[in-house]
Amino acid sequence: MLDRKVDEDRSREGFAAAGEPLMRIRGIAKAFPGVRALAGVNLDVFAGEVHALCGENGAGKSTLMKILAGGIRPDAGEILHSGAAYEPKNPRDARNGGVVLIHQEMSLAPDLSVAENIFLGSLPCKWNGMIDRRKLNDDAERALKACGYDIDPAARVGDLPIARQQMVEIARAAAFPCSVVIFDEPTATLTEAEAESLFRTIERLRKNNVAIIYISHKMKEIFRLSDRISVLRDGETQATLRTADADEAQVMSLMIGRTLDRRQASTWKFAGNEVLTVSGLSSPGAFEDVGFSISEGEILGLYGLVGAGRSELAEAIFGLRPASGTLLWRGRPVTVRHPRDAVALGIGLVPEDRKKQGLVLGAGGRENVILANLARLSAWGLLRRTRAAALYSEFTERLRLRSPSPTTAVVTLSGGNQQKVVLAKWLATDPRLLILDEPTRGIDVGAKDEVYKIIRELAANGMAVLLISSEMPEVLGLSDRIVTMHHGRLTGEFKGGEVGEEDLIRAVMSTDHNRPAKPPAAA
Amino acid sequence: MSLATDRLQPSATSFDGLKTFIRSNSVWLLALALAVFFSLQSAFFLTPFNISNVLTQCVFVGLLAIGMTPVVISGNIDLSVGAVVGLTACIVVALQPYGLGVAVLAALAAGVLVGLVNGLIVEKMGISSFIVTLAMMSGIRGLTFLAIGDISLSSTDDRLNAFAMLAIGPISIVVVLFAGLAAVVGFVLRFTPHGRNTFAIGGNRSAAVDAGIAVSRHVIANFALCGLMAAICGIAMAANLGAAAPSFGRDYELLAITAVVLGGTRLQGGKGGVTGTLGAVLALAILRNGLNLLRVSPFYIPVIVGVVLIIALVLDRQVNGQAMRHGE
Repeated sequence: MLDRKVDEDRSREGFAAAGEPLMRIRGIAKAFPGVRALAGVNLDVFAGEVHALCGENGAGKSTLMKILAGGIRPDAGEILHSGAAYEPKNPRDARNGGVVLIHQEMSLAPDLSVAENIFLGSLPCKWNGMIDRRKLNDDAERALKACGYDIDPAARVGDLPIARQQMVEIARAAAFPCSVVIFDEPTATLTEAEAESLFRTIERLRKNNVAIIYISHKMKEIFRLSDRISVLRDGETQATLRTADADEAQVMSLMIGRTLDRRQASTWKFAGNEVLTVSGLSSPGAFEDVGFSISEGEILGLYGLVGAGRSELAEAIFGLRPASGTLLWRGRPVTVRHPRDAVALGIGLVPEDRKKQGLVLGAGGRENVILANLARLSAWGLLRRTRAAALYSEFTERLRLRSPSPTTAVVTLSGGNQQKVVLAKWLATDPRLLILDEPTRGIDVGAKDEVYKIIRELAANGMAVLLISSEMPEVLGLSDRIVTMHHGRLTGEFKGGEVGEEDLIRAVMSTDHNRPAKPPAAA
Repeated sequence: MSLATDRLQPSATSFDGLKTFIRSNSVWLLALALAVFFSLQSAFFLTPFNISNVLTQCVFVGLLAIGMTPVVISGNIDLSVGAVVGLTACIVVALQPYGLGVAVLAALAAGVLVGLVNGLIVEKMGISSFIVTLAMMSGIRGLTFLAIGDISLSSTDDRLNAFAMLAIGPISIVVVLFAGLAAVVGFVLRFTPHGRNTFAIGGNRSAAVDAGIAVSRHVIANFALCGLMAAICGIAMAANLGAAAPSFGRDYELLAITAVVLGGTRLQGGKGGVTGTLGAVLALAILRNGLNLLRVSPFYIPVIVGVVLIIALVLDRQVNGQAMRHGE
C-alpha cells in the first residue's frame, strides 16, 4: 500500500519543482501575552503530498494549525491558497476555503447521530422544513463508505469508541470538497490497527490530490507516510526536507537544535536517602507495574510522549487516581488516597495544566500561594495576614516572580510567572518530594531557563524532584537519572550524564511491536 | 465500551435499543409507578374527575417546562419565565378594553419580546443566561407590580374564561392545547435542523461554531420560544381563573426547571427532550395530587418533591454515569 516505488513513480521526485504550491505560507507570526508562539513560519504545501510537520512541544505547531483552520488570526505574514490570499476569519471560512483540521480532541456533538455530525451545519431538509433523514443517512453512509468505514450513520456519536469518533470526523472532512486536510497528532489515542486504517484513509486522500499536513511526534509514522518533512522550532521553520533524502537523526537534531545545557553529572548526590520508592504500581487503563525510587537531592527525569501515562503516574502518587502497588516513603510503607495524605507526607505536585489544575486564575498571586498553606498560616481558624504576606514576599524573591502586586489576578501574568506562582505555592509547603509535570509548557525560553535554575537550586538543597517532561533537552539537561515511559510501562533507566537523545527516543518509540493492548479510551 | 479489541465493534443491537429506550424514558416509568401506588392507596385517584384534575395541574408548569427544554438543551437557562407569566396574565386582563384579540396578541408579543431580549443579551454580550434571566425575572416582576399594584384584576371579557372552560369529554381544552404545543416543540427538536443544531450547540459549542452553525440565532430563537410558552401559560392561567395578579407564576420557574431536569435533560446542555420533560411534569403532578388525596400536609409536599428529585438524579448518575461524565 505504501510502496515507496509507487510513490516515487507518482510524484515524489517532483515536489520541489512541481509548479505552484497549493498553499504558500510566508512569515506567519503570532504572539500571545507573554509567549511568542510563531516568529516567522514559511511553508509550501503541494496538492497530493503528505507534508509532515515536526517540532518539540511548544515549537508552534498547534498555533500554526489553528491559524490555518481559522481558529486564530496571525499577527503578521501571509498565506496564499491556490494563488489567492487566504485569511480565514473563522472555522467556517476555512472550511469553505477547503481547509479542514482534524482535531486532536474531538469536535463532535456527542448526543447527535453520526450522520448528523457529518452534515452538521448543513443538514438536508425536505420542503416542509423537516430534516430529510433518509437523504441524510444515505449521504452519510456514502461519505463513510468513501473513506472505507463501516459505521452505522444512525449511531449516537457519544456511544462510539474514540477511534471511530475520529473516523466520523475524517468522513466529515471528506464529505465536503476539501483541498487541505490537517491532522493534529491523529494516532495519539489509536491502537495500531486503528492507526493502520487511518493511514489507508490518508493514502486515499492523497490519491485524490488533497494536500495533507500531518503533525506527529512519531518518527516511524512520519517516515512511512510523508513525502516531505518540515521542522518547526521556537516558532520558526528550520528546514523542509524530502523524506526520501532525510533520516531520523537529522530530523531529531533539527527539532532539538540548540546545544544542550548539559549539567556536569554530579556524583555526590546519590548518597542521599531514598525518599520515595514505588513498586508494582498499576492503574488500570493508565499504567502498569511501574517501579522506581528517588532520593534526596536527586532530579529524576521521567521522559515519555504525550499519552504514555506519565501524568497519570504523577496523579496516582499524589492520591488523585486510584492505583494498586506499594509506596515506601522514607522506607516506611504508606497509602496515599487523597492529595491531603500526599501533602501531609511532604509531596507537592505542580500539575501539567496550570490554568486548569494549578491556579485560581482570578485570584492574586498571594491568594494562590497561601492556598496550599492555609493551615500553617492560620490561628484559631483565621488567616494571619502578616504571616501570609511574609511568606508570599519570601517566595517571590526566591523565585524572582514578577507581578505588579500581590493581588494582581494571576490570569494576567505571563506563563512563566504563572508557573512561578504554582511553584511558590508548593515550595511554601516545604515538600521533600516535588513532582513537576511539564513545568515549562507554554512559557518563554527565558522564563524556562529561570525555572530550570530554580529546579536545580531546590535539588541542591536536598529536595527530591520528579521531573515529568516530553521535552528532551529539558530532561537531559536537568536530570541525574532518567526513566522512560511508553504505553504505561517503564521502558528504560539511564544515568543523566551518559545518555543521549537517541537512547531516549529509542526507549519511548521503538517498542511499538510489543506494546500491550491499548487501555480503554473511556478511562 | 472498550478499545481493547482491534476489530471494529458491531453496531448496537435491538436489545441495546430497548435498554436505551427504558433509560431515556425512565421518568415515565416513575410516573407509572406513582400512578399505580396512589391508585392502590386511594379509590378516588383513578376517577375521571381526578384524572382530568391531574392533567389540568400539569398544564401550567408543563407549558413553562416545555418552553424551557430547548433553552436548557442549548446550554442555557431561563429564570424569567415565572415573572413573564405574571406580566402576561396581567396584560391579557388589563388590555381587554381594547378587545380580547388585542389583549391576547399583546400578551404573546410581550412574552416573545422578553425572550428575545434575554437571548440577545446572552449571545451578544456574552453574559451567562443565569445572570441575565435572573435580572430579567426581578425586573419584570417589579415592573408588573409597579404598573398594576398589589391587587388582582378580574377578567371582564367572559369569552376568555369561557374558552378555558371548554372541554373535549373530560379533558379540558387547555390540556389539549398544552399537549399540542408539547408535540410541536418535541417535533421541532427532533426533526428539524433548528432542533438538531440546538443539541449540537449544547453538546459541543465549539464544534457547532466550527461547523458553521449560526449559533446565536438558534439560541435566541429558543429564548423567544421559551418566552412565548410563558406568555401562553400566563394567558391560560388568567383564563382559567378569570382573573390576573402580578404575583402569578411566582416560583414557577423553579418548578419548571425541576421538571426539565427530572425529565433527563442535562443542565449543561446537549442532551434531553420533550418526552422526558412531559413525563416528569406528569410524575410531579401525580405526586402532588396523590399526596393531597392521602391528606399529607401541604408543607411536606415540596420536601418530598425535593427528595424525589435528588434520588432521581443520583439514580440517573449511577445508571448513565459514563454518559454524563462524557458530556461534562
